[in-house]
This record gives sequence, structure tokens and C-alpha cells, in this order.
Amino acid sequence: MLKNRHIQGWLQASPLTLVLIGFLILPIITIVVVSFWQATEFSIIPAFSLENYEFLFGSHVTYKVFYATLKYAAITWALTLLIGFTVAYYLAFHIRSQTMQIALFLLCTIPFWTSNIIRMISWIPFLGRNGIANSALQSWGVIDQPLEWLLYSDFSVILAFVHLYTLFMVVPIFNTMTRIDHSLIEAARDNGASGFQTLRHVIVPLTKPGIMIGTIFVLTLVMGDFITVRFMSGSQKANVGRLISNDIALLQYPSAAATAVILLITVLIVIGILLRFVDIRKEL
Amino acid sequence: MSKMRYSRRAVLKGGAAVAAASALPAPMVWAQEIKDITLRQFGTGVSNLNEVGQKVKEDLGFTLEMTALDSDSVTQRAATQPDSFDIADIEYWICKKVWPTGNLQAMDTSKIKNYDKIVGIFKSGKLTPESVIAQGTAPSTVGFVEGPGATAFATEETGWMTLIPTIYNADTLGIRPDLIGRPIDTWAELLNPEFKGKASILDISSIGIMDMAMVCEAMGEIQYADKGNMTKDEIDKTFAIFTEAKKAGQFRAFWKTFDESVNLMASGEVVIQSMWSPAITAVKSRGIDCVYQPLKEGYRSWGGGIGLSKSLTGMALDAAYDYINWYLDGWVGGFLMRQGYYSAVPETSKDYMSENEWGYWFEGKPATGDITSPFGDVLAKAGETRDGGSFYDRMGSVACWNAVMDENQYMVRKWNEFIAS
Repeated sequence: MLKNRHIQGWLQASPLTLVLIGFLILPIITIVVVSFWQATEFSIIPAFSLENYEFLFGSHVTYKVFYATLKYAAITWALTLLIGFTVAYYLAFHIRSQTMQIALFLLCTIPFWTSNIIRMISWIPFLGRNGIANSALQSWGVIDQPLEWLLYSDFSVILAFVHLYTLFMVVPIFNTMTRIDHSLIEAARDNGASGFQTLRHVIVPLTKPGIMIGTIFVLTLVMGDFITVRFMSGSQKANVGRLISNDIALLQYPSAAATAVILLITVLIVIGILLRFVDIRKEL
Repeated sequence: MSKMRYSRRAVLKGGAAVAAASALPAPMVWAQEIKDITLRQFGTGVSNLNEVGQKVKEDLGFTLEMTALDSDSVTQRAATQPDSFDIADIEYWICKKVWPTGNLQAMDTSKIKNYDKIVGIFKSGKLTPESVIAQGTAPSTVGFVEGPGATAFATEETGWMTLIPTIYNADTLGIRPDLIGRPIDTWAELLNPEFKGKASILDISSIGIMDMAMVCEAMGEIQYADKGNMTKDEIDKTFAIFTEAKKAGQFRAFWKTFDESVNLMASGEVVIQSMWSPAITAVKSRGIDCVYQPLKEGYRSWGGGIGLSKSLTGMALDAAYDYINWYLDGWVGGFLMRQGYYSAVPETSKDYMSENEWGYWFEGKPATGDITSPFGDVLAKAGETRDGGSFYDRMGSVACWNAVMDENQYMVRKWNEFIAS
């Protein structure tokens, strides 16, 4: 009987295990293996070599690009957290009727009905030298000359990231907040806590798992991105994703794989540190 | 004797064909077999046009399957998978990389009907007897081999051709004359501080580096021995100049796709940039003034051709020769020339173009009526002339050809640094 249940358990777990092995573990192993290979212009040579890593760590470009990637991730994280938390807080505590909550929440998802790329590219005519933003500011007399830094700059890259990924912060935070027992907030108020004290000592600690899940979403999305950086910076800025995509375009798969491995390790370290602070399993 | 000579159009009807007819009792059977032949062509998008495939089916009877890939994938496939294609439509610099692998077979020029009419650029390398062969991978330098099976290029015409030229053009800078308001006549203007924040260059390393070299040379900063094959030192110096300009904010953006270059120019974000000829047309078709500016240092030119896979034999090989002869026969040439490209045998294309079209595109004369593309868009109105003038004016002032360098890998790494800087 016990043995049977044992087998049953294995069988139930096996489809997911097989899917994960086939579509997650094996590709990652392949990438790691290829990262030690060598490549010429047309062929990939399956020989063990540390050349790719030597070049990667020996080039100042790598450090610069990783720094840029982390910078984009940090700034985007801070802004999406601020906006995402505010939106979720408003939805969870200021909207009383559940129908209204759901309606407003769905409203937030409307931009996601179109493709990522379209939402991103639509900023370009808006922010351009002769775009809507500049002509509006000029006609109001705020500026005399068009603002050049609106487009093809770090500003536009981060703006696009925040626009694209804030919802990934809103959803988990909102989800956690709706589970907070309202009697806890009442208790805080009864004990004389101010609004800010309630927020700091009751709501934020209880929302941490949601914040953490949102953080993981945003960090991994931003650190793995290459297309937003390319379009919004007019190809003038680089992050790690662009290094990888350039290598792939030039058929330098081993070198791309090595960069990907380092990026993966970096992201895993960042997430590992984050998970030291919060136990997200409470949430799941 | 070739069975293929009984294609519907019977391109090569002649003595040989008559001899074949007597040897082959039932031509209808062959016509049926021709229908069953499928030639697989792959190449870059520029000449892989569905219209060509349809016309081949109509005129020659067999099926031409076309696959369009980017130039890196084309190179890789030609070099590593010779059995995956019958006809490779590649650029000459790709040929330089791929030919030594032995995956393509040399073509017997005696089987090419219009061989004598192919322009000199692809044979002696000289457009006119006085011309000087430009730097870079000039088509004539990789156009011939000593014989079938040879993997090294011959230095002169030998009767065995590597690629049959199909399409080529001369590239230069595109400008917005309405926003610049003064004449532009040198590549050096790309880095002129006057256009700070309003210049762009393409983010495709192999072509971008050539445009950079044209600029550095025009500025008098660097004298290259061969812009198409720079030394590490020359590469370093070139990037130093451009990195400095980039840090000073000279560039508004870099572009990678055709559409990006059109949008940058049309929106006025950029007033001077490296550009391709059809992109100029696209900007103009929005009613915006845009010129493909001829510059005194000359053009950066590119050319493509079709090569045959080494695994092509028998009837399929005959079909491939028929296809090549048909390609040079004028219909394709006219189709391409009406989009602003050039054909390897311009004279035959003339039959497929109106006098107005021929005058505008080839002779550099003012248009006498509307000039339309094969797809029906109006490209120029009466009285307008082509930027850069006639075929001989444009192709006669080519300064360098697209090329692949010995130091390619080094250059690519420096390019990545340049983008990240």
C-alpha cells in the first residue's frame, strides 16, 4: 500500500519533472557546455577552452556593460516598486467594493493587450525632437529648444522599462495586500498608530512576499532584456543582452553562451541575496 | 546533350538543341520532367523576390524555391551545408569567405549566352579601360578561378566564374537638404560638429566600419592601405575617432534595420546618415525632401551574384544554367533597375524598360514622365534626375567595395566596445 502510494507520487510528479528536464535543465547544460567551446567564422569547435571566459573577464567592456545592466535594473526596480506599491495600495485599501477593485485592476492590464514592442516603440514619436512632448512643452513656453535627452538616452530606456514592467510589480503586491486581515489595521489604529506607522509596521512587512515576487519579475526581465535597450537608446547604449545578441548575430555562439552563463550566475546571486530577506514560500 | 533545352521558352534553341532533338525522341516527356525540377535558392532579401520565382515558373517551367536570410546566416549556410541549397545568392565578400570551403562549383562561361555583355566591373574589374579597381573585395578579384575544382581565386578572366553577378549598387550618405540648407560634398561632413546630435551611422559592423573609414579618410585623419582589409592599428585609430565623436554627442542614434533608417530621416531626428538607396525612396514617398548625396571621395559599393552548389549535377545543373541565362536575359534586370539597382547586363534590361525609365535610371537624364517602381509607387516626377547621375558617373566613382577583413573578429570586438562606450 505504502509502496503504491510512493509510485503514485512519482508518477504524479513526473510530467512536470520531464518538462523541466527537457526544457529547462538540458538547455542550460547545453549553454554551459557550449560556452567552453571555440568558434571560427563558420564553425563551432567542440574543444574545451577557457578562451571565451578569459576574453570576457579581460575586457573592460564587460564590466561597463554589466554595470549598465545593473544600473538599469536598480533604477527600474526602485521606480516600479514605488509606482506599483502605490497603485496596489490604492486598489487594496481605498477601493471598498470588490467589483470596483476588479474593474480597476483589469483597467491596469489594458496596455498589455498589445505587444511589448508596440508599446515601447510608440514612445519614439512621442519623445522625439519634433515629437508631441517637445512641441507641447515648447508651445507652453516651458522650453525654447527641444529637449534632446528625452529620446535615445538612459532616460528613454528606463521610461520604457518602467512602463513595460510596472504591472509585474502591481499584481503580486496587490495580491498579497488583499490577503491582509483588515482587523490588523483596525487594531493598529485602535492602538493609536498614525497612517504612516500602520503602513510601515503592519502593511509593508505583510506585503514583503509580494514585493519580493514583483522584484524578481522586474529584475529578471530588465537584466535579460536587449530589445528595449536597443530601440530606446537608438543602439547607443549596451547591456548584457545586447552583447549576447550581437555575438549571436555574428555566429559567435560559444562567446554568447559564456556571456549568458555569467549573466545567469549574476541574476541567480541577486535573487539568492533577495531570498535571504524574505521567505516567499509563505506566499505560494 | 542537354534535355533542358526544351523549356517552353526555348532560350537556347540553336544548333546544339537541334542535335539534341534528334537524339531525344519525345520532347514532351522532358517538358514534364522539367516541371518536376525544383531548384532551391537562398540568399539575402534584396534579390530574393517572389516575382522572380513566379516568372521563372512561367518562362522556364521549373520551380524556384527561395529562402531569404540575413547575410551572416547566408554565409554560415553556404559554408557548412552545401546540400541544403542548389543556388546561392550571395554577396561577393561572402564568396571570398565561402569559396575556399569548396561548396560551390565554378561556372563555364561558354555556357553563358550574354557573358560578353556583362559589365567590366565583374570581369577585368574595370568599368571603362581607364578605371582603377577600387579597394575592398572588388567582384573581379573573387570572380574567377583557374578551373573546375580550384579553391583559389584567379587574378584575371579564365572562363570559370565563381558567381554570376545579379545585382549591385553604389551607396553613399543620405541627407535632408531642407534641414541642412547648404551643399554637402564630402564624407567628412558626417562628423561635422554642425550636425551634433543629428547624425547617424548603421549598426552593422561589416558595413559600418567601411563608412567610418570613408569618413576618416575624407577628414585627412587616416590614410588606409586598403579600407577593405584594415590592420589592427588602422581599426584602432578609426574607432578612436568615432568613439570621441560619440562621446561628444555627435550621433542621435544608430540604426540596424531599413525601417529605422527611414524613420530617423523622415522624423528629422537625423539630417545626415549612412543609408541605402531604397530607404531614400521610402522617405521621398512620404513627401519629404531627401537626397542620396554623391560625395567627392566616391561611393561604397556592393554586389551580389548567384553561385551553384557543388552537388548540382545533370538535368538540375542544366536547369540552373538556363536560369542564369534567363536571369541575364533582361526581364530580371529591368525589374531590378526600375527599383534603382543595376543589372550585370544593362543592355538586355533596356528591352524591358521604357525609354523614360532607361533614361532616368541608367543614363541619368531628367525624367520625361512619372517614374514608378515595379510595385506601382511613384518614385520621381517629370523633370527630376537621379541623385548621382548616370550609371557611369555612379559606378565609375566607387571608392571601395563591401569586404570582409582578415582582422574581422578583432574589428567586431572593437565594434561592440564602440557601441558600449
